[in-house]
Amino acid sequence: MVTIQNLYKNFGKNAVLKGVDLSIKDGGIFAVLGPNGSGKTTLIKSILGMVIPNKGKISVLGENIKKSSGYRHKIDYLPQIANFPSNLKVKELIKMIKDLRGNTSNDEHLIELFRLEPFLNKKLGNLSGGTKQKVNIVLTFMFDSPLIVLDEPTTGLDPISLIRLKDLIQKEKSNGKTILITSHIMSFVEEVSDEIVFLLEGQIYFKGTIQDLKTKTNQPDFEHAIASILN
Amino acid sequence: MLKILKYSFYDLMRSRWSYVYFAFYLLLGIVLLFLNNDLSKAVITLMNVIIVLVPLIGTIFGVMYYYNSKEFTELLLAQPLKRSSIFLGQYLGVALSLSMSLILGLGIPFVFYGLFESSAIWNFSLLIITGTFLTLIFTALAFNIALSNENKIKGFGYAILLWLFLAIIYDGLFLMTLVMFEDYPLDKLSLVGTMLNPIDLSRTLILLKLDISALLGYTGAVFKQFFGTNLGLIVSFIMLTIWVVLPVLRIVFKSKRKDF
Repeated sequence: MVTIQNLYKNFGKNAVLKGVDLSIKDGGIFAVLGPNGSGKTTLIKSILGMVIPNKGKISVLGENIKKSSGYRHKIDYLPQIANFPSNLKVKELIKMIKDLRGNTSNDEHLIELFRLEPFLNKKLGNLSGGTKQKVNIVLTFMFDSPLIVLDEPTTGLDPISLIRLKDLIQKEKSNGKTILITSHIMSFVEEVSDEIVFLLEGQIYFKGTIQDLKTKTNQPDFEHAIASILN
Repeated sequence: MLKILKYSFYDLMRSRWSYVYFAFYLLLGIVLLFLNNDLSKAVITLMNVIIVLVPLIGTIFGVMYYYNSKEFTELLLAQPLKRSSIFLGQYLGVALSLSMSLILGLGIPFVFYGLFESSAIWNFSLLIITGTFLTLIFTALAFNIALSNENKIKGFGYAILLWLFLAIIYDGLFLMTLVMFEDYPLDKLSLVGTMLNPIDLSRTLILLKLDISALLGYTGAVFKQFFGTNLGLIVSFIMLTIWVVLPVLRIVFKSKRKDF
């Protein structure tokens, strides 16, 4: 699904990614973990083509993404901070994204699922952080793409919405999709992910299942296993 | 690109500032016509305002729009769209909505005053065309500055400095050179110097069309010889077009290499 070879990226003097090699197979949920500033978002943005790597090759579904934009039709992306144009209404934003990406009818079901009907005619600038995140989720999941990238999907969500999000992720997984998640909420990661990729100082420190990590670090639970890497 | 253009354009059309800008020109047109009571004279006064104000508004709007629509841009970047179409669409959205405010705001009062029956129509058209060119040029320059500066304050600072330089400082330096080298024949140099600054070029173009070049003395005569002809007019418009094309090309070039 996604292959990354020898990826380097630095912002000025700050080297963020230092030779990342990663291959993500089709189907399943992959969590990208790592401490703050380890390059998780940079890695994800490189896959999306928002950050231009200094060196290295990325291919998505067998296609080299360099100088290409069409491949993003096959990716649904949930950005980390839901910043939307504040003078647009929720309805208009959904309509606009549909206009740009192609039509879908999935949005009605999602709007109902996250109880967004009362907000459809409100301006995005007036919404709370959690509601914005729900809009963000609707925009991401309303298209039927084989690769879904979620950057901190749980931010600001209330417990009920969190459960709905987890169900949604599982449903997409059972449809055979590949889902890439970053999160700091370890319980969430443990619950949903099939495999984890641990980034440390711009390199891949560990890749495998949570069980592998526990065995490797000799720790009984996931949270301590992660903590023992960082110590 | 057209879709982005459409959304940027609507976005701006809904914002208060487009109306303020439009209303300002409307008022300016009406007041000038009322005070001068003569189309040609109103055109001359208008020129003095437009030459300075249009670049300033283009610069400020361009920078402001770029920084304000950062979120919108990031949303678009994750969609299957080419970077060049995102940024060109936004640029054209700003430039065209500003141009529309200018054309309609000034056009409406002049048309009602009887522009079409008057001999001033060519002068007025020239004024509107150069005004549109200046909008395109300075919005493109502003986008360039904003693309190169993440820091808003710096971006605004550079943009204002650029405007100040081209609108005022350049003239000062130019004049000083002319005074310092007054013993030499300077007509060619001053012609080139004028060509290199879009504001000066527009001003000269309009002044000479308005047949008040006698005010400019000997250099004016040389200028008249050049700009008064069709060749001069064509060369001037080519220069203005280059002033649009180069910054637009840099927007495309720069946006392809930028990280978001």
